[in-house]
Amino acid sequence: MIQAAKHYISWIWVALIFATGLSWQFGHGLGFGDQYQYAAVAILIITFVKVHYVFLDFMELRTAPTALRLAFEAWAVIVCALLIFLYWSGL
Amino acid sequence: MSVSIETAQLREPHLPGEAGVWVFILGDMLIFALLFSVFVYYRSEDVQLFSHSQTTLNQTLGAINTLLMLSSSWFVALAIHSARKNLGQVSAKFFSLAFACGFGFIVVKFFEYREKLDAGFTIMTNDFYMYYFMLTGIHLIHVVIGMGVLMFLIATCRNPTLENDNVSVLESGASFWHMVDILWIVLFAIFYLLR
Repeated sequence: MIQAAKHYISWIWVALIFATGLSWQFGHGLGFGDQYQYAAVAILIITFVKVHYVFLDFMELRTAPTALRLAFEAWAVIVCALLIFLYWSGL
Repeated sequence: MSVSIETAQLREPHLPGEAGVWVFILGDMLIFALLFSVFVYYRSEDVQLFSHSQTTLNQTLGAINTLLMLSSSWFVALAIHSARKNLGQVSAKFFSLAFACGFGFIVVKFFEYREKLDAGFTIMTNDFYMYYFMLTGIHLIHVVIGMGVLMFLIATCRNPTLENDNVSVLESGASFWHMVDILWIVLFAIFYLLR
């Protein structure tokens, strides 16, 4: 099992855990102080970068037919942009 | 030989699992995209209420569940790579670890819900809690279904020899579980972290 875990996707998992920690820190005031709105945008972008890598490396869309990969990548970009827009409209 | 099969699969486009599963996954994700948007829209209509209610959530439990979901997805991805190398028993162990993470997620969610209900927060408390219980509840149903799928995958990869058709079945189930992971990644951000 340990041999099987020596795969590049294990590094993706490490990066996803690190990204989760980073977004947690942004949610607790790292870098932006009281300017929550910028932290929120950073959190949403990190979230969808994580989604992007789960799509590509865990769901294996990196090697999937282009149309399928584009459909899922488009989902991530559109939903991320929409959530940032909706969040920002409430400020 | 097994390595060359995987390498060949990486060179040319490969649809993991059945096409129908991907249609279902995309449809489910579109519905969740709508639910995410509705939540953030209503949040923007009453930022004070939503922000205040958010402070009553247990962020630590949310973070633990995120780690469990990411880890379960990682184990599932490793299980698929092992299955392609015809390492059925190794694959079964990775799926079992993913199952354990899924079970852990449900246990944590149980304590989180109980904590909220004991503190008097219900689906009727306000709009924030209505969306919180509704969206995390729908997601929890997906986790339970996904665990049933994982049990089936564990049984499948215990076959003495894994045929290509078996691997395709494993890929379909794995893709569903990854979707469950992705939905939680977004739910964690919009419910627990966004201020």
